[in-house]
Amino acid sequence: MTPREGLLVVLCAAVVAVPLLAPIASADDADTEKAIEKYRQMLKEDPWSNPGLLDADRGEALWATPRGPKNVSLEQCDLGKGPGVVDGAFAELPRYFADADKVLDLESRLVWCMEKLQGFEHAALVNKPHPAAGQPVKELGAIATWIATKSSGLKFAAKLDQPKEKETLALGAALFVRRSGPFDFACTTCHADSGRRIRLQGLPFLSSPEEARKVIGEWPAYRVSTTHVMTMQHRLYDCYWQMRMPELELGSDASIALITYLVKNADGGEISAPAIKR
Amino acid sequence: MRKRSFLLGTALIAAISPAIAQQKSVVDPARIDAMIKSAFPTAPADWQPRLLPDETMKQCSAYGNSPPKDVFAAIQAREKATIQYPADGKFLGDWKKGEALAQSGFGLRFTDYPPGNRVNGGNCYACHQITKQEVSYGTIGPSLLEYGKLRKFAEAEAKAAYEKTYNLHASFPCSLMPRFGANKVLTIEQIKEAVALLMSPDSPVNK
Repeated sequence: MTPREGLLVVLCAAVVAVPLLAPIASADDADTEKAIEKYRQMLKEDPWSNPGLLDADRGEALWATPRGPKNVSLEQCDLGKGPGVVDGAFAELPRYFADADKVLDLESRLVWCMEKLQGFEHAALVNKPHPAAGQPVKELGAIATWIATKSSGLKFAAKLDQPKEKETLALGAALFVRRSGPFDFACTTCHADSGRRIRLQGLPFLSSPEEARKVIGEWPAYRVSTTHVMTMQHRLYDCYWQMRMPELELGSDASIALITYLVKNADGGEISAPAIKR
Repeated sequence: MRKRSFLLGTALIAAISPAIAQQKSVVDPARIDAMIKSAFPTAPADWQPRLLPDETMKQCSAYGNSPPKDVFAAIQAREKATIQYPADGKFLGDWKKGEALAQSGFGLRFTDYPPGNRVNGGNCYACHQITKQEVSYGTIGPSLLEYGKLRKFAEAEAKAAYEKTYNLHASFPCSLMPRFGANKVLTIEQIKEAVALLMSPDSPVNK
């Protein structure tokens, strides 16, 4: 058995152990966590066995492939450090883009490039942009994953000193505490204190720089329970789902503001995407 | 000792708020409301109310869940008025059904429609330790182990537990717990079942 085959066996075991319905999760969680921990250990020994890197490879190829109605690649896409500059770009996002006259995060900037450079329809790009459980991350997410890996090992260093950036940050902070919906939930319901759990799942205190620095740089992350890469936009979409809110639109101003707030809190934290998550 | 630690836990609910208090927001709430509206463009008409906070949630958000005294009192009064009581005057239902709804997180997510014959759960274990048997419990809320026993199974305590489950803001404004009755997440009958789980002498909570 090659190391990669061995990894797949552990991965499959972990997936089988993950209860499909959260409510019936119980002692199984401990076994699941153990299996995932073993899996993480194997990944440390062989970082190239992270399945998220397959998506990053796919993203790299997609970036360079002529696509869309205009049949051009994304190689002239400016992620903030000049057209085509990918190395280190993610570490400085979100940022204000003069051409869009908006603050954009990685995924919304990619949507902008795919729309303006390649000619894709905006509505099509943000329609059902996230993969279902068991399905691979979609094209936009694969490209985002690759770009994030090109900042791996760097620290979050978004400047966020322009007026629109400061404004977006303040809006994100306000959204983070805003309660609504039938459960009256806000982000702070789960993420405003240290050491809390939902069932056995630990919850990071995301207003705390110390805890934000540990987790924000892990996204996009490979999720063992759903066997795909989950991007930060998808992560927020899933939070709002659990909060009993409707479907969060990818690249909406609210999503960008929240990501700006989280990245600001994680400033100086190391980027380790794609990490392995439960 | 256990009783004291429980009371301490109760006091903590009120005390937690200042600990996580945020600075009072300087952002125009109308702008935030507009952002939320545009962030959820596919929300159907009957979901629109979910996008906007009611007066109590507005106040809780504005004060980082730690409202000043006058607002605190206003929220208590407003939320107390929402509580509807069981027609039969009884606060305890079937604790076994209470255990089932404490385990269930089903309901009101956009993937939960149409619900078919499934009823909403309370998902109590997501945040509370409740029985010794269930080791997969969350810690956002206080432990409810031996809830009824610690209160000597008093009728007044059953009523108080009903009121708290129905709408905790009537006693602890800006608590993190959903207003299960006031927001129609659970029915009156289901709340009685949850109360029975906590207050029945034969419930595993009190064993």
